Amino acid sequence: MIFDFSVIWDSLPLYFGGVLVTLKILLIALAGGLALAIPLGLMRVSKSAWVNFPAWLYTYVIRGTPMLVQLFLIYYGLAQFEAVRTSFMWPYLSSATFCACLAFAINTSAYSAEILAGSLKATPPGEIEAAKAMGMSRAKLYRRILLPSALRRALPQYSNEVIMMLHTTSLASIVTLVDITGAARTVSSRFYLPFEAFITAGLFYLVLTFILVRLFKLAERRWLAYLAPRKA
Amino acid sequence: MYKLEVQDLHKRYGNHEVLKGVSLAAKAGDVISIIGSSGSGKSTFLRCINMLEQPHGGKILLNGEELKLVANKDGALKAADPKQLQRMRSRLAMVFQHFNLWSHMSALENVIEAPVHVLGMSKKEALEKAEHYLNKVGVAHRKDAYPAHMSGGEQQRVAIARALAMEPEVMLFDEPTSALDPELVGEVLKVMQDLAQEGRTMVVVTHEMGFAREVSNQLIFLHKGVVEERGDPREVLVNPQSERLQQFLSGSLK
Repeated sequence: MIFDFSVIWDSLPLYFGGVLVTLKILLIALAGGLALAIPLGLMRVSKSAWVNFPAWLYTYVIRGTPMLVQLFLIYYGLAQFEAVRTSFMWPYLSSATFCACLAFAINTSAYSAEILAGSLKATPPGEIEAAKAMGMSRAKLYRRILLPSALRRALPQYSNEVIMMLHTTSLASIVTLVDITGAARTVSSRFYLPFEAFITAGLFYLVLTFILVRLFKLAERRWLAYLAPRKA
Repeated sequence: MYKLEVQDLHKRYGNHEVLKGVSLAAKAGDVISIIGSSGSGKSTFLRCINMLEQPHGGKILLNGEELKLVANKDGALKAADPKQLQRMRSRLAMVFQHFNLWSHMSALENVIEAPVHVLGMSKKEALEKAEHYLNKVGVAHRKDAYPAHMSGGEQQRVAIARALAMEPEVMLFDEPTSALDPELVGEVLKVMQDLAQEGRTMVVVTHEMGFAREVSNQLIFLHKGVVEERGDPREVLVNPQSERLQQFLSGSLK
């Protein structure tokens, strides 16, 4: 077998366009997901069933169903309803980019919320007592002590979630988007070179994963220094 | 007038009554040591003073201001006005057995946190105060270290600086040396002795009989939730009247 470099070389602009699409979807999904995950995570540690249950149900349903099913439901499923097609949301919901970002954001919010909830529950009780004993209000306790320390401790697990999300964005290619995988599918069908096309896509994902891992290492060095072994 | 007054405090866990009417009154400059065997209720009593535990009866007054309490459905008391509780807590600094420093903050950040975010002090002023108090307890050179990177004695001294930075009316110490290696106990006791000599009002739950005898001017011996004996530590410890205290003291080597 001869690896056809020239085709890949000529298709690189298509792949780079795909990288931009992948990164755009990933960043929007992560930003939206995290914004949702913080209130959801806080709800998940509430002692009140009225607050906890809705968040539990949400994360259970989202984590209990495949990403692809969720994406199909939002992109194809919603369009079935007249009310959706005539609503003010239709310009958005008919856009594949919007639907992909929405589906991914919802998905990652559920996983991130559980990561954050676990991290919040693992806060040493003594640190909470110290904050109370100093006269902090509940809101301050959350804002100054619980969230900053839980978000830091969630970093290593969250970095896994981000890498999983990077890989999950490849599903966007199924709803017509030309992300990295979409570029590979185009190349594959245009030249009938599936091996070259997808191995190239794989390499792009590897490089992006490597960059993400490095970024999280830097973040951990900055924000988790207090857990690191003492420097000599 | 008393700085801190606790009247007839009751506390139970389920049907088990751990405090059966304990009172305490501290004037400015008083150093009160509370001793007793484990299970006597001494830590619970201290933790009820700033409502980390909910008492079932009694009154708490700081500088003559009574903490307003209401009973919830199982009879435990909670603060009627959270704002009042927060204000009183900020004037009653507590030092814990296990230090309880905020682990994601450096020593300096631990000390300025509450002055800035509870008392509303400017960051600049808080930093000056923090440097001053860290220096006073002898850990200024460790100000940028995280708690996990410090020894127990250093952590406890940072915790004392954190309490001092609030410039509290009364300081509560909950077995501050019990979690320390024997050779680190001295450095913390020395700091506490200096604070006592400055005239700070302190309530100290302790197992250190030497500290209780030499530093405090009032001693409370708790046994099974009741004050078994109280008075001047030099008299009470040398000449215990109750059988319980005699037994307790014969069990301790100092």
